[in-house]
Amino acid sequence: MAEWFHSIADAFNRCFIEDNRWKWMLEGLGNTMIITIFALLIGIVLGIIIAAVRSTYDMNGASMKKKGGLSYVLLRIGNFICNLFLTVIRGTPVVVQLMIMYFVILVNVTNGVLVAVIAFGINSGAYVAEIFRSGIMSIDEGQIEAGRSLGFNYIQTMIFIIIPQAVKVVLPTLFNELIVLIKETSVAGYVGVMDLTKAGDKIRGRTFEAFVPLIAVAVVYLIIVIILTRILRIIEKRLRKGERR
Amino acid sequence: MKKVSLSIVAALLAAVMTLSMTVFAAEPAAVKTVQEGSLNIATNAEFPPYEYKEGDGFAGIDIEIAGAIAEQLGLELVVNDVEFGSIIGGVQSGKYDIGIAGMTKTEERLQSVNFSETYATAVQVIIVKEDSEIQSVDDLEGHKIGVQQDTTGDIYCCDDFGDDMVTEYRNGAEAVQALIAGKVDCVVIDNEPAKSYVAAAQGLKILDTEYVTEEYAICIAKENEDLLAAINGVIAQLQESGALQEIVDKYITAEEAE
Repeated sequence: MAEWFHSIADAFNRCFIEDNRWKWMLEGLGNTMIITIFALLIGIVLGIIIAAVRSTYDMNGASMKKKGGLSYVLLRIGNFICNLFLTVIRGTPVVVQLMIMYFVILVNVTNGVLVAVIAFGINSGAYVAEIFRSGIMSIDEGQIEAGRSLGFNYIQTMIFIIIPQAVKVVLPTLFNELIVLIKETSVAGYVGVMDLTKAGDKIRGRTFEAFVPLIAVAVVYLIIVIILTRILRIIEKRLRKGERR
Repeated sequence: MKKVSLSIVAALLAAVMTLSMTVFAAEPAAVKTVQEGSLNIATNAEFPPYEYKEGDGFAGIDIEIAGAIAEQLGLELVVNDVEFGSIIGGVQSGKYDIGIAGMTKTEERLQSVNFSETYATAVQVIIVKEDSEIQSVDDLEGHKIGVQQDTTGDIYCCDDFGDDMVTEYRNGAEAVQALIAGKVDCVVIDNEPAKSYVAAAQGLKILDTEYVTEEYAICIAKENEDLLAAINGVIAQLQESGALQEIVDKYITAEEAE
């Protein structure tokens, strides 16, 4: 046992201390966080837009069809485009999307982190859109009716009554998406980005130690996710203060 | 007097070597392998002409050398295609018998595994676009370099030019794609695969000046010294009979003639 510990300590020394290899881990962790945070921001913006189009179509499409007119045609086209986007993005692996982004679409962008942010942001947007839509659709129709009878128009009703309630409903799922996203960014190494996983791989490639770098990478991801889960619990608790349960 | 004794020693040495070789030839399968009766090799089949996928199987200089070794030892060849960076770990932990992947013997790698005698010499060269401003090794400073992760080219470039200037791709082909797309200014990679890439792609060239020269060897787990000795025996035999050169010529000369 003591010998085992000694060998682990020795491996740890070779993997992180020697040649300052811990700096790679730090740089990798930084890139992982940058990619995740900015991708989620893009995802939320994209998701809200898509969810707004899709849920408006779902809720008002039938009544607008009767009236017809340009707004209905636009909404239908918008809904079709959003649906197509969701099908393509959710129907293909994120690694493939990332490679297409890097080698085909954003050929002139040499910053790999930026490419990863955009690719993961677009990917995340598709999932966030469906999360938001399910949240909006989960709010009772009576809430819209109440808003409209108070004199709010449709958009005002959405902004002041429906969306605040929907956010509360979707927050756990949205956080779940964030957790999934953090782990998904581990494929960023495919386009030469030094993320946390790649940093571990690089150490593995240099030292030929498998155990220590892999476990270290796993532990770092785990710690990030545990911290985020704690934060989520606090937010949920505060949001529930006004509830009678 | 001195001369005489030297020649006696030399003669003795030669005798011992021939004897040991005959022993290996006469006693096939005397070595212990991971899987009885077969020789499990680990390689990264993205490195033409040393190893690459062809049809359903694998081809290349390393694959044929491994095949010749397996044949000499009376074993069946099993090829495992893994990430380059996982080869030494796999050999060390006893997943594979040997790693043969255009691998250079380095001090750091020697801490984990044993290496056979050198079976091929290779140079690390620089691939650039035809209109590149990089003319020689001296111009590399300050340019973005693409490499295959964990190769010696990667390690040397990181040491020489700093991690920030080096972008590591999963295989050489991707590094070359990145060069074509303009993500990096040059690619540092082994000479032979470089020739294949440049022949396959448009508008690329290899610089005349070499980056480094290095020697390829086969890696074997430290515990399995019998296998190391057996493989060294076979390599010496293949070198002597000219079979090794034949394998190399088959891939490299044919390519240059194209």
